[in-house]
Amino acid sequence: MLADLAASEVSLRRFLHGLPGVDQVGAEARAAALATRSIKTASKLWAIDAAISMIDLTTLEGADTPGKVSSLCGKARRPDPDDASVPAVAAVCVYPDLVPVARACLAGSDVKVASVATAFPSGRASLAVKLADVADAVSAGADEVDMVIDRGAFLAGRYGCVLEEVRAVKQACGRAQLKVILETGELATYDNVRRAAWLSMIGGADFIKTSTGKVAPASTVPVALVMLEAVRDFADMSGRAVGVKVAGGIRTTKDALRYLVVVNEVAGDEWLEPSLFRIGASSLLNDLLMQRSKQKYGAYAGSQDFSVE
Amino acid sequence: MSSPRFPYAPAPESRAIVNLRPSYGLFIAGEFVDPVDGGQFKTESPSSQEVLAEVSSAGPGDVDRAVKAARHAYENVWGPMPGRERAKYLFRVARVIQERSRELAVLESLDNGKPIKESRDVDVPLAAAHFFYHAGWADKLAYAGYGPDPRPLGVAGQVIPWNFPLLMAAWKLAPALAAGNTCVLKPAETTPLSALLLAEILQQAELPPGVVNIVTGAGQTGAAVVNHPGIDKVAFTGSTEVGKLIQRSLAGTGKRLTLELGGKAANIVFDDAPLSQAVEGIVNGIFFNQGHVCCAGSRLLVQEPIAEGVVEALQRRLGTLRLGDPLDKNTDIGAINSPQQLAKIRELAAAGEAEGAQRWSPACALPERGYWFPPTLFTGVAPAQRIAREEIFGPVLSVLTFRTPEEALEKANNTTYGLSAGVWTEKGSRILYMASRLKAGVVWANTFNRFDPASPFGGYRESGFGREGGRQGLAAYLRGAFDA
Repeated sequence: MLADLAASEVSLRRFLHGLPGVDQVGAEARAAALATRSIKTASKLWAIDAAISMIDLTTLEGADTPGKVSSLCGKARRPDPDDASVPAVAAVCVYPDLVPVARACLAGSDVKVASVATAFPSGRASLAVKLADVADAVSAGADEVDMVIDRGAFLAGRYGCVLEEVRAVKQACGRAQLKVILETGELATYDNVRRAAWLSMIGGADFIKTSTGKVAPASTVPVALVMLEAVRDFADMSGRAVGVKVAGGIRTTKDALRYLVVVNEVAGDEWLEPSLFRIGASSLLNDLLMQRSKQKYGAYAGSQDFSVE
Repeated sequence: MSSPRFPYAPAPESRAIVNLRPSYGLFIAGEFVDPVDGGQFKTESPSSQEVLAEVSSAGPGDVDRAVKAARHAYENVWGPMPGRERAKYLFRVARVIQERSRELAVLESLDNGKPIKESRDVDVPLAAAHFFYHAGWADKLAYAGYGPDPRPLGVAGQVIPWNFPLLMAAWKLAPALAAGNTCVLKPAETTPLSALLLAEILQQAELPPGVVNIVTGAGQTGAAVVNHPGIDKVAFTGSTEVGKLIQRSLAGTGKRLTLELGGKAANIVFDDAPLSQAVEGIVNGIFFNQGHVCCAGSRLLVQEPIAEGVVEALQRRLGTLRLGDPLDKNTDIGAINSPQQLAKIRELAAAGEAEGAQRWSPACALPERGYWFPPTLFTGVAPAQRIAREEIFGPVLSVLTFRTPEEALEKANNTTYGLSAGVWTEKGSRILYMASRLKAGVVWANTFNRFDPASPFGGYRESGFGREGGRQGLAAYLRGAFDA
């Protein structure tokens, strides 16, 4: 069935444009309603730990150095040196040239190494260059590859081109997991977000991801809602559960908990797993640690009580 | 129900903010007074059956006192007062409602059984919005389209239902007061408390005595208000049955009348609809306020090609609804307001099964105390069945199908009611086509149960007549250049 859809540009277009539309007002109202869920006491503590375990601890800057990456890896393995009950994060996410550093620092832990690739963040390079970028990251030891789709091709309606790139990158990934970044801030409509989500899943994405973090707006709750509906419906149709990663601008525990509520009530609680839901973030982790100690010990710690990488 | 992996811990809103008195008098001429020929009755919380307070039941003598107080205030204070001065009072009332919104929301959820998220996010803000909106009209009535110098009618007798106790009070009082009338308001006997708190707010806003009088009691009190010869205008929101009684008893009296009665709204979903949002709209249309909504979308008309998918999506969504303590901030479905209403819902649901429709509810534990009914879906419903024709006024949705727009229109209009309807399609022209042919006072497109004080609300046929809200709603409380 999925192979048939992708057989030609015409059938692909017909399928993507035949998906039910997204009413913007309704989707945003639903997201706002879910944001009023009140998560307290034991469920808050559970959700904070779940959120920590779903973090892709990220540094994606031109100024990144091996020193910065290795300190981030230390934080990833053991987020709170004073409290061994805090779970490790899911992954550390870096540029391809820093994958060897992260790989070495994370040896012996369950924390994955994720690398952005395919001419991140713009994706403006030839397919050959993008594939070389991926091969570089994978051969250096990346467990996960975060690619960007060609938004220009997508917005021009060349869906076949986007699909072929996703497929080619998936193949280049080998055993590495593929996360496909839709860069929803550049897709303009929720209809486009839904189409890009399906396109990526048909192409073989293991995760679909909202944003690079380099474009505003980055992840929003309604965008995540639309993507979670897409993975749920895709699983109903194909039997394959695709993960969702939200990234960009998620800084507070409150933000993170809102996303977990949406995951829980839209895709279902089987998605509340690091294997199916991730949060790409950097400063979020310390806020989660601060709220965690508040929940456990009843008082807020100071910001200086948590390490800054 | 809550999922096992991420169960939300209880998040109850505190009751401490509400200062309940053990007993309440009648609010007449600006004071709480004991009834002269009435009695007392108890009001309970439908979610716990706990008695909340004793409330006075107004007898004919009490109603007479209230009407006289209103007449006196109309002739001496409120009627002669310039609109710009009346506006100041209404703005003040609106602001105090906002200031005391949490108190009002908690009290409303206690007495009515509706979830706190609805009383907090819908009932109370909308009540304030109605006062704000109509305050703005008070000094601009000459521009409302009823002639250069529209006049108030006099004393309005207003009888309101239990489903939105505070909001209905605001819908009734705000336009009446803005237009220069004075009021005698009779809240429903199962939900009198928020109106009595509103009386305290009117005192706090220093509204002149007698401008608003609130007489609590049951049907007899309402009848005494409606039939009192000193009343110039009657506004009633409630059941069609009582509406007919009122219209009969007012015939020939010269009293003006507006009625906002029952409904059996069709929510029409075409095969090109935005499905996820349509599912949300269907849920909001029928399960908002436990379905105790006169404009509830109680008949789902879904186009045949997508019927199966929509029902599956609905069932999945209903599985996430959280039923329970109305004061818990995560509750989606609260308690049924009264044992009488619960009995009526049960009777109609049983009739649905007996007539051959398939009944479905999600796995949903009901609390032991209080009055509860699980969200319920009937599929395979035929238009001739009672659940497709009678207003259930509960969390029960009847699913019917159609093939063409014409068939959808025919089925949607095939009801004795005509209060509201919903249309779900991505095609703009179809929305306009349907909206112009649906016999309903309100047609929502790609949404449902949206209210705004600037938008007139009211029905066709057995759903009543007259409009509330907007410029059109002012007509019910004004004598214009073209009126006798």
